[in-house]
Amino acid sequence: MEASVADRPTAEGLPARSIRGVAAAVRSALAPVQATLSYLEVDTRLLGMVLALLIIWIGFGLVSGGTFLSPRNLWNLSVQSASIAIMATGMVLIIVSRGIDLSVGSLLGFLGYTMAMIQSVWIPQSLGLGFDQPYTWILTLAIGIALGATLGAFQGFVVAYGGVPSFIVTLGGLLVWRGLIFRYAQGQTIAPLDTTFQMLGGGTVGTRVGALGEWASWILGLVVCAGIVYTLIASRRRRRRYGFPVRPMWAEWMLGAAGCAVVLGVVWVANSYPLPPNVADQYAQEHGITVPPGGLIIPTGLAFPVVIMLLVTLVMTFLASRRRFGRYVYAIGGNPEAAVLAGINVRRTVMLTFALMGALVAISAAVQTARLNAAVTNLGVQNELDVISAAVIGGTSFSGGIGTIPGAILGAVVMQSLRSGMVLLLVDSPTQDIVVGIVLVAAVGLDTVLRRRAR
Amino acid sequence: MTTLLTPATPNPAPSRMPLVELQNIRVSFGGVRAVDGVTIDLYPGEVVGLVGGNGAGKTTLMRTLSGARPPDAGQIKVDGQPCTIDNPRVAKGLGIETIYQTLALADNLDAPANVFLGRELTSAVGALDDAAMESATRKVITRLNPNFKNFKMAVLRLSGGQRQAVAIARAIHFNARVLIMDEPTAALGPAETAQVHDLIRQLQRDGIGIFLVSHDIHDVFDLSDRISVMYHGKLVGTVNRGEATTDEVLGMIILGKPPTKLTAQELAELRGSGG
Repeated sequence: MEASVADRPTAEGLPARSIRGVAAAVRSALAPVQATLSYLEVDTRLLGMVLALLIIWIGFGLVSGGTFLSPRNLWNLSVQSASIAIMATGMVLIIVSRGIDLSVGSLLGFLGYTMAMIQSVWIPQSLGLGFDQPYTWILTLAIGIALGATLGAFQGFVVAYGGVPSFIVTLGGLLVWRGLIFRYAQGQTIAPLDTTFQMLGGGTVGTRVGALGEWASWILGLVVCAGIVYTLIASRRRRRRYGFPVRPMWAEWMLGAAGCAVVLGVVWVANSYPLPPNVADQYAQEHGITVPPGGLIIPTGLAFPVVIMLLVTLVMTFLASRRRFGRYVYAIGGNPEAAVLAGINVRRTVMLTFALMGALVAISAAVQTARLNAAVTNLGVQNELDVISAAVIGGTSFSGGIGTIPGAILGAVVMQSLRSGMVLLLVDSPTQDIVVGIVLVAAVGLDTVLRRRAR
Repeated sequence: MTTLLTPATPNPAPSRMPLVELQNIRVSFGGVRAVDGVTIDLYPGEVVGLVGGNGAGKTTLMRTLSGARPPDAGQIKVDGQPCTIDNPRVAKGLGIETIYQTLALADNLDAPANVFLGRELTSAVGALDDAAMESATRKVITRLNPNFKNFKMAVLRLSGGQRQAVAIARAIHFNARVLIMDEPTAALGPAETAQVHDLIRQLQRDGIGIFLVSHDIHDVFDLSDRISVMYHGKLVGTVNRGEATTDEVLGMIILGKPPTKLTAQELAELRGSGG
């Protein structure tokens, strides 16, 4: 039996045995790498995705003649990824607890439309408070998030307490929220938006830019680095105190250095992207700066959508891995019956995942409308598919219990990189969809095979 | 080892108060009465074996005590006080811990997360204290199984015996007063079974009351002070260990009749089938 399988030629005409020999050679060559990784205790799946992303970037970089890896393109890529990545962090928790939310695209449209109405019609006109008040943006955002959380919680309530499958409830939501937009918007576009609110999208209004700027970006980067180092030290101390085995010192240094290098690298790229010349010139005029020959170079820094995404990632990672709520979400996904028998309030937990999703959709809705400087009726159409794909490419499993927040962020960046790279190469939109579809299935297929091997 | 085999408390004195009393418990699924008016009790430091064929209602009866399925009728008393146990949290609050036959582990989580599931240790600001939970888990599991090493691995990847150790650790770590063990040795090899038997005797000496649900009549005879037999949702009877033979108990399990009635009834049945 074994021999017949080995001798049968494969589709490429090679005997299976030689393929197996190559696989064994690769495996033995990778052995020291694997040993190092086990010392570092890093998630190999996550590392694999980082590798895949690097391959995609380098590949597009070569084919596009370097345009793909230019600061300008990477900066835009970061902004385009942010809105999907923000929602993907919530989708991870829903899929981990064995649910699904198909309504996020429509809910995003509905919330974006409502927030546009609040800042451009209700506050300035209906309440007569006038346009561009300093509080308009925050009031709008707060109401939007509260409304998103409420609508999400309502869907979650029907799922958890009504016992209707989440697929059905949120499929209904997909139709209802989109229907409501068309019904009340009557095809109208709401624009323009509050000037401060527009900053949330990372765009520019006059000389105001929706980004942190050079120094604030560096400071944020350094703060994050300090956080990484502190986390490593604190976790090492805690394990020491209990007498648990700890990583070798060189591994700690390596992890800290790698983390800080990534963070500072991101800041460096964002600061390498200068403001557009016309904005820079206007800025120079307003501040009485003489423009040097060759134009004034003002670094843009991290875009606000990216800063928001980083904050969301931080909060969501903390919720998922350091709070009871997150622990229960994973327990429910691993074994719902066991979660009930452990005394976990499964219904409440499931409802909360949907409420959280709604709040995140509101944040993304703010980013997208702000970026467009308008609310349009088809805002967020098919976003649910992008968000689910990002979570799934990021290693979230539909069988429940498996998935990480950083994975979903990476998944969103991988997808946006593919799309953005293909746009640069002038690939048409239908072909883009075909490629993304194939990548989605291939990624999950590969992951399934690797996981079965690991058992 | 010989001292272990002597029961710590041969028969509970009638004056002592039972830890747990289940009175006229009834559970129905649709039209089927899975448990039909069963009354049993449990004293401190006592092991009560609960035996019966498949579908006799043993597990369903125990689930009413662990809060997994509240009874449709009947009363549960703990320390003589009537209680409503409509939720596993209530049972745990009363010191009633359960080791389920399925083990009820979240397979994707590691041993400490499973041991503390629903009762996580947290820091002052409410963050999970994983190091403290791992430390406590190491202590309790190492007592059960000194070879256990994989405290950071998803329990899905552990062996059957190790998974069992996690489930047992979860039940005994929180100072249980009543322990429900549903087929605790069904998935174990001989060495691991002996370990569980030692553990049961040790817990018994500590004054914990144990309901031992089992198919294995020899397990039950080895460990139990009293044996309750269920048949088609009803209690056939409860016998003290040493006052009935395994054959008599087997007769109760298979035919659903108490030993005193057995001969006459059996004869009648034999006569009936002959005519």
